[in-house]
Amino acid sequence: MQAIDKKLLKDFQRLWMQAIAIALVLACGVAILLTSVGMYKAMSETRTAYYERNRFADVFAEAKRAPDSLMAEIALIDGVISAEAQISGYATLDLPGLTRTAVGRILSLPETMPPALNVPLLVSGRFPDPVHTDEVVVNAPFAESNGFKQGDRFSANLRGQRRELIIVGTVLSPEFVYTIGPGALLPDNEAFGIIWMSERAAAAAFDMTGAFNYVSMALASGVQSQPVIDEVDRLLEPYGGLGAYDRSDHISNAFLDSELTELRGMAMILPPIFFGIAGFLVSMVMGRIITLERSQIGLLKAIGYSDIEICIHYLMLAGLIAVFGVLLGWTAGTILARAMAGLYAQFFNFPYVIFRVSYWVYAATGLVGIATTSIGAMQAALKAARLAPAVAMQPPAPPRFKHSRVDKAIMHLRLSQSTVMILRSLLRWPVRSFLTSLGLALAVASVCAATFINDALDEIIDHAFHQTNRQDAMLLFADEVPEAALEDARNLPGVLLAESQQYQPAVLRRGHLTKRVAVEARRPGSDLSRVLDKDGEVLDFSPGGIVLSLRLADHLEVGLGDTIEVEFLTGRRETVEVVVSQVVELYFGLGAYMDFEYLNALFRQAPRVSTVNITLDETQLDALHRAVKDTPEISGIIEMNVNRRAFQETIERNMLVMNAIYIGIAILITIGVTYNAARIQLSERAREMASLRILGFGRGEVSYILIGEMMLIAVIAQPFGWLIGAGIARLMTNAFTSDLFAIPLVLKPSTFSTASLVVLGAALASVLIVRRRLDRLDLVAVMKTRE
Amino acid sequence: MAEIIFRTQGVTKVYDTGQVKVHALAGVDLKLFEAELTVLLGPSGSGKSTLLNILGGLDHVTDGRVWFKDTELTNMSDRGLTRYRRDHVGFVFQFYNLVPSLTARENVQLVTDVAPDPMPAEEALELVGLGSRMNHFPSEMSGGEQQRVAIARAIAKRPQILLCDEPTGALDSTTGVQVLEVLNDINERIGTTTVVITHNAEIQRMAHRVIFFQDGKISEVRVNEHRIAPSEIVW
Ligand SMILES: Nc1ncnc2c1ncn2[C@@H]1O[C@H](COP(=O)(O)OP(=O)(O)OP(=O)(O)O)[C@@H](O)[C@H]1O
Ligand SMILES: [Mg+2]
Repeated sequence: MQAIDKKLLKDFQRLWMQAIAIALVLACGVAILLTSVGMYKAMSETRTAYYERNRFADVFAEAKRAPDSLMAEIALIDGVISAEAQISGYATLDLPGLTRTAVGRILSLPETMPPALNVPLLVSGRFPDPVHTDEVVVNAPFAESNGFKQGDRFSANLRGQRRELIIVGTVLSPEFVYTIGPGALLPDNEAFGIIWMSERAAAAAFDMTGAFNYVSMALASGVQSQPVIDEVDRLLEPYGGLGAYDRSDHISNAFLDSELTELRGMAMILPPIFFGIAGFLVSMVMGRIITLERSQIGLLKAIGYSDIEICIHYLMLAGLIAVFGVLLGWTAGTILARAMAGLYAQFFNFPYVIFRVSYWVYAATGLVGIATTSIGAMQAALKAARLAPAVAMQPPAPPRFKHSRVDKAIMHLRLSQSTVMILRSLLRWPVRSFLTSLGLALAVASVCAATFINDALDEIIDHAFHQTNRQDAMLLFADEVPEAALEDARNLPGVLLAESQQYQPAVLRRGHLTKRVAVEARRPGSDLSRVLDKDGEVLDFSPGGIVLSLRLADHLEVGLGDTIEVEFLTGRRETVEVVVSQVVELYFGLGAYMDFEYLNALFRQAPRVSTVNITLDETQLDALHRAVKDTPEISGIIEMNVNRRAFQETIERNMLVMNAIYIGIAILITIGVTYNAARIQLSERAREMASLRILGFGRGEVSYILIGEMMLIAVIAQPFGWLIGAGIARLMTNAFTSDLFAIPLVLKPSTFSTASLVVLGAALASVLIVRRRLDRLDLVAVMKTRE
Repeated sequence: MAEIIFRTQGVTKVYDTGQVKVHALAGVDLKLFEAELTVLLGPSGSGKSTLLNILGGLDHVTDGRVWFKDTELTNMSDRGLTRYRRDHVGFVFQFYNLVPSLTARENVQLVTDVAPDPMPAEEALELVGLGSRMNHFPSEMSGGEQQRVAIARAIAKRPQILLCDEPTGALDSTTGVQVLEVLNDINERIGTTTVVITHNAEIQRMAHRVIFFQDGKISEVRVNEHRIAPSEIVW
């Protein structure tokens, strides 16, 4: 080993604490980049492969009842390369050992297997024999959650007929990567299953012989979906078509999409912050080393080392830090990716997930890490290379302090000398002070962003579950029923209160802008399911108009008093012109509301209901479930309590993880920044501090200068951190706002105080570690060496 | 007879550097008297600075005992030594060790703010002839001026002892003489007991007493019958 390499290792040894602090920050960036890019690639590649192999369709449409003969026409639509008709429906299930009412989505399998599109992948067993109409396959997660084995039986309420079904196999389908039941907020594989049966069996059960009510189409590559959708809508119109849609509106695929977007966002927002801070820390530390080693550099040059060798020597030092950080980041990233994969496995049902981070992602993240530190070290290394040997051998001139106007003000304040030293030092190195402060501000912002989401979700949960949907359960009907059903519902065991609600699928149209929604109606004064605006005001709707949520109004570019077309997709399928009577700001959904009587008048029918909201005597829950399973009209029951609890638990668990991660991130940044800044302070001012000790200043008094300056910077960082945090929170509310819901911008004082406490605490701890070094300062030794 | 300010008894100092033990001081018995200006002379490495640091409460002895007046410094705690330095000792080093972010006046105020009976910072700076440079930062002053600020800082608390380790080491002859004049002046006017370490044999001629060091021991003590004024010293 060459002497200069030995020096490199010695330098690194001396710097190891600082190196670790920087490496940790760098590692964070590498780990997050690795995880998010890796997961993104893995997820999207898996999805593409799965969709391709199992022929996931491009356009989907539902109808009431269309004759099989129509399929010939659908297949002839321009751009459609294959189309498949299916029978689809819902059924309540009576599962052995489950008191709750489970809901099943029934899908038919074609006579000639395998299906042309959305091909289910057999996980175990076999497909049903077309002759045995009681044989079914179910989605594997459903079977797993309920402990079903091949040959197990359960009963289903198919249009009023109780049927015993036999499970002959389990499958996974590209249509159900993300499986969520009607009205549910989260997947519940125990109480919601997908059930495939032979076409014969499904046709018999749903009275669909020679007909279909669900069609999937694959398009030739490069074909736009909109013209096809329009054509399908036109063909299905006479048969109760409910509006065709493409993959982007397919619920399972849409959830995957939003997850992928989130991963991409994560890759783009967080890692650059870490790399930026790591680069800054490296440049700060390297700059100091070069100052300290001035005379050594001069000596090395005097004895014949070239500029390039010296430049490389210092870059290598930064390189060692980078290698350390990258290795750490790879390790952490691999573990994190594995943990994320586990989390995804819970939510997304892929048959063969390629949750493997490919080598190039490791290589790329490593390169980014090394590039960052090199850029950070470059300035210092170049300075070293440029230093003329003769100049380098002279001691550097003492730092120049000037009499600025601020300085006059400082003098007038009659502060103690130590305080003056702190203030002047901040002013003397404004860029460094600013960047240090910025680093800490980012740490504060990171905690703000995490805790803000907590409060926002709390508010949403409160709004959704305690203000808007206050019913204990919802009874769903297979078809609309006359409002008299409300009376029947009241007579079910355990039901205390029952209120009616109606949903009518419709297409809202204004010029060329359209949106498919469900128009909601309930009787005025309903107490269980209410509509509240963002300010918590309960809204009632007067007859003679439609009330739109702001998001929907924006989408259609309409305002109060404008007229829109409402094309109802059910009943007589009439199109009516309606005035927008109110625009309201809501957290959830693309709400469109009408007065109950008014809506039914538009349908020219006696009032009907789609769902009944009820409150329950919990002690009679079992009896209720038994009754529901025996009531053919009721296609399902949604227990809001279960929903609420599951949602809250999931959210809380995720929040806990997320908070821990963000607070961990903030602490790492704080330590990285503060520890290094304090070490550099100490190194630059060791002499000064030793002089003070010799003059008779106590340890506390001297460390006040060090701690005071660092903590002052940290305190100055707070308001900036709050501002940045509030900005990030605003960005997040915008980014997360989708058709499904809006995140409110809830900024509580506690959000800011928590962030400040965490960061100031971590900063103080870091400075105190450095203070221990200050206490051990060898006065005599420091004074003997000349800077 | 003048009061004894410092008394040492068999002081040794051993630096254990791992392989070898360096005997920096090998048994020093010494008395320093009130208002006396003493010069310490001796070859490099003979232990002068080590002794000065021990007298000033910056370092501990390995063996032997040290008294300041009636107070024994030998086993004093760190806190006690800090207090001792603050109340009684003024230091001047070869490198001036001013705080670069503070002006001349503020550097002196560092001391006057905490000492029990200080003179005003302005007066101390007048004493060293820098009354007109009070608001200058160290970077705006010459080496000699900086050293005089350091002396002003050392004497502003009216210390009983002034310990100077090669105070002229980094200065040229003219500036050095100016610094020595200040030291002499203060010794005469305030009666501060002053110890000056130097490599410059000429400087011994201004001292009351000269102590010669050799291999960690005092080899000779000489009392000057005829002191000369610093201005007569040339090198
Ligand atoms: N921290 C230390 N560790 C080891 N040895 C030391 C240490 N400090 C001083 N020494 C040794 O103690 C001896 C006396 O040192 P000291 O600094 O007192 O000498 P000095 O007389 O002041 O020399 P100079 O005139 O060169 O300043 C020297 O041999 C020196 O090498
Ligand atoms: Mg010495």
